[in-house]
Amino acid sequence: MGIELERPPSPAAGVRARRPAVELERAGRVYAGERGPLAALEELTLSVADGELVAVVGPSGCGKTTLLELICGLQQPDSGRVVASPAALMPQHDLLLPWLDAAENAGIALRIAGASRAQARRRAGALFGELGLEGFQRSRPGELSGGMRQRIAFLRTLLSGKRVLCLDEPFGALDAITRAEMQEWLAGVLAAEPRTVVLVTHDVEEAVLLGDRVAVLSPRPGRLIAELEVALPRPRRRTDPEIQALRELVLEQLAGARR
Amino acid sequence: MSGPLRRVGPAIGLALVLLAGWESYVDLGGIESAVLPAPHEVAAALWSGGSVLWRNFAVTAEEVALGLAIALAAGLALAALIHLSPLARRAVYPLAVGSQAVPIPVIGVLLVFWWGFGIVPKLVVIALICFFPVLVTTVDGLAVVDPDQLKLLRTLDASRWQAFRLAELPAALPAALSGARIALTVGVIGAFIAEVATPTSGPYPGLGRQIMSDINFQTARAYAGTVILFAFALACFHALGLAERRLAPWSTRPRGESP
Repeated sequence: MGIELERPPSPAAGVRARRPAVELERAGRVYAGERGPLAALEELTLSVADGELVAVVGPSGCGKTTLLELICGLQQPDSGRVVASPAALMPQHDLLLPWLDAAENAGIALRIAGASRAQARRRAGALFGELGLEGFQRSRPGELSGGMRQRIAFLRTLLSGKRVLCLDEPFGALDAITRAEMQEWLAGVLAAEPRTVVLVTHDVEEAVLLGDRVAVLSPRPGRLIAELEVALPRPRRRTDPEIQALRELVLEQLAGARR
Repeated sequence: MSGPLRRVGPAIGLALVLLAGWESYVDLGGIESAVLPAPHEVAAALWSGGSVLWRNFAVTAEEVALGLAIALAAGLALAALIHLSPLARRAVYPLAVGSQAVPIPVIGVLLVFWWGFGIVPKLVVIALICFFPVLVTTVDGLAVVDPDQLKLLRTLDASRWQAFRLAELPAALPAALSGARIALTVGVIGAFIAEVATPTSGPYPGLGRQIMSDINFQTARAYAGTVILFAFALACFHALGLAERRLAPWSTRPRGESP
C-alpha cells in the first residue's frame, strides 16, 4: 500500500545520513521523591538509527516512559546528553478527544499546523482505508473498539510528520487477541511506511516480533543491560522457532537483572 | 405509560399531593389567609392579578437573562484566567470566594449611587451572585484533562493556547454548563434580592419587589408571584439541560437527570 504522507525530509548525503535519529549518551534523570531523590534512568546510552525500530523492554517502573519523554523533549536529562530528531508520542491510552470524530482526531496534528478542521478531517480520512479503518471516519471514539481507537491514535502520530515515533506500550491496554492482531497490523503499516520507531513495551514477544533491535533495561534506576539484534526476515510469525528462542533470551536477561 | 408522562408524571403527582396537604392544612387548621393562603386562593390571585404579575415578571425575566449572560461571560473568562495563570489563581480566587459572603443590601446603596434606579444595578447584583457557580465548575472542568493528553499535544507541536482550545476548553464545557444551570436557579432568587436591594423608578419594579409589597395585604398575590418564579426557574433549568445535550453530546449524562 502506498500512503501519501508528507514524509519527513530524507537525511542528506554524507555525514548527516549516518547520524542516528535518536542518541542518548549516559543520560540520567532523577525525580524528587518523598524520601529523597529517585533515579528513574541512570547512565543510559542508546542510539536508534534512521528507519530502525528499537523495542525497549524492562520491568515495571524502569523508567521507560521517562526515556520516551526525554526523546520527545518533554523532559530534560539531569546528566548526560539526549539528541533526537523531532519525535511524536503515542501513549498507552489512546487519548482520543471524545468531541471530535475519528478523522478529526487522526488529523489533529494537521489542525495544529494550521489546516482548517474540514481540511484536516479530509486529509486524515483519506488514509483510513489503508489502515483498515474505512467507513469509520465519522465515528465518535466512544463508538469504536479498543483496537480501532489505537489505530486512529497511531495514524494521529504518523500524521505529525515527525521523523521519530515514540510508542509507549501502545497495545498494553488491549486484550490478548486484539493485541496480536494489532502487532501484525503495525508490522504491515511500518513495512509500507518505514519510520524510526522507539517502541516501549513489557511484552517480550511483541519486542522480538516487531523490533530490529531489542534494548533490555534493568529495574529502577533504568540502565541498559543488554542489546539484541533481531536479524530475522519479515514478515515474522510469533510461532517461528527463532522468535521463540530470542524471546527466551530476552526473558533470561530480564531475570538476570533482577538477581 | 408513554415517555413524556413517565418523565413529568412523578413530579406532577408529588406536587398534587403537596398541594392537597397544603389545602387541607389551611382549611382544616383554620389558618388565616394573611399567614398562609390556600392553593385555591393563590390560583385565584394568579388569575385576577394576571396583568400586574405578568408585566412585573417580564421585567424580572429580562434582568435574569441579561444578568446571567454577564455572569456566564465573567465566570468563563475568570476561570480561563485562573486556569492559565497560577498568579491569577492566587490573586483572584480568594476574592471571588469572599465576594459570595457580601450581603447584597450592604452594597445596594452604592450601586444605586453609581448607576441609578434602572436595570444596571440589578444586573450587577445578579451577575455577582451567579458568576460563582460558573467559575468554580469551569475551573474544575478545565483541570480534568489528562496530563498525558497535554503531553501528547505538545509532542504534536500544539501551543499552550491550542492545547487550551482543542482539549481543555471542550473538556470543561459539560462542567461549565452544569455551573450555568446552578447559576440560573440562583439567578432567579438573585433577581429577587437585586430588586429588593436596589429600588426602581419605573411603573413595574419587577416580580421581586411586587411580592415584597404584596406580602402583608395581598398575601395570595405574593404567593402567586412566587409560583411564577418557581415555574420560571424550572423552565430555564430544563432549557439549559436541552442546550447541554446539543452542545456536549459526548458527555455521558443519564438522560433522566433533567427535570
